[in-house]
Amino acid sequence: MSDTKPPLGDELRIGSHVFSSRLIVGTGKYSSYEAMQQALDVSGTECITVAVRRERLIDAQGKNLLDFVDTRRYTILPNTAGCFAADDAVRVARLGREILLQMNNPGADWVKLEVLGDKKTLLPDPLATLQATEQLVAEGFCVLVYTSDDPVMARRLKEAGAASVMPAGSPIGSGQGVLNRNAIRICLEYLKDNDPNYPVIVDAGVGAASDVATAMELGVDGVLLNTGIAHAKNPLYMAEAMRLACRSGRLSYLAGRIPKKLYATASSPLEGIIHSGS
Amino acid sequence: MQITVNGQSRDADDQATVADLLVELRLADKPVAVEVNRQLVPKQRHGQHRLAEGDCVEIVTLVGGG
Repeated sequence: MSDTKPPLGDELRIGSHVFSSRLIVGTGKYSSYEAMQQALDVSGTECITVAVRRERLIDAQGKNLLDFVDTRRYTILPNTAGCFAADDAVRVARLGREILLQMNNPGADWVKLEVLGDKKTLLPDPLATLQATEQLVAEGFCVLVYTSDDPVMARRLKEAGAASVMPAGSPIGSGQGVLNRNAIRICLEYLKDNDPNYPVIVDAGVGAASDVATAMELGVDGVLLNTGIAHAKNPLYMAEAMRLACRSGRLSYLAGRIPKKLYATASSPLEGIIHSGS
Repeated sequence: MQITVNGQSRDADDQATVADLLVELRLADKPVAVEVNRQLVPKQRHGQHRLAEGDCVEIVTLVGGG
């Protein structure tokens, strides 16, 4: 019996970071910090995203996310969520790095860059995203950039120096899954052309485990999700489902699927069938 | 002198440094990052960086996010 674990060296590699889990899980929107802690544990993730926000000056002694995160276990990926201008995203990235440097977390060298176009769709602003990518790359950041599933934009962002391009499956928090598999396939083709190890992550839109499996089967290197687990009726079940789906989809991709055909092909032999008549 | 901290105006001692402000806010040992007038002030410089009348200070931390 051969080993059914993914082959050795099949880790997710982004910049200097190496993970055996291909799930990146967000820390927002859980019913409590305890629920978050358990869901992260069950998901098997080694990398979690966080946001940068103003400190509460009145209740600064209250609970802090970081009291509930084992920072030796998880690499923290700070995001620039909520930024609608390139300048703001760059400021937030610098602030996130400053905090992680103090914490000695390996996440101090990278950022999940989000520059959004409007509040209703939370779709990325392509021009501002490209501008912020260029700036942060120039400042030495390892930039993981959230973008739409537009293959041409994806290629532009890679050319600008992004360490990973992260096309959205569907709008943030929408739970619509991977809406345009063909666009993701073309993104993969463009981004991995002569560079098969270039990491591509589907970021946003995951609603259920099948969405993760779908993305992974297309050949993306990982999936980043948050609401799909945090707002599931049972976040722990969903965290486990996401973990399994990620591994399942990865193995399915590595195994190599059969081509799709229009007509049936029998699985049982056509010879030796008993039948009426001669 | 008057300064603005996270959008709220407050009084600060003349000659106060960023480090003094963090002590006053009981944030000295917390994982925070500080900007003064949109420029990051790294932790190593908190003790030297003096605040001035009208400064706009942002103090941020990490919160849950996706």
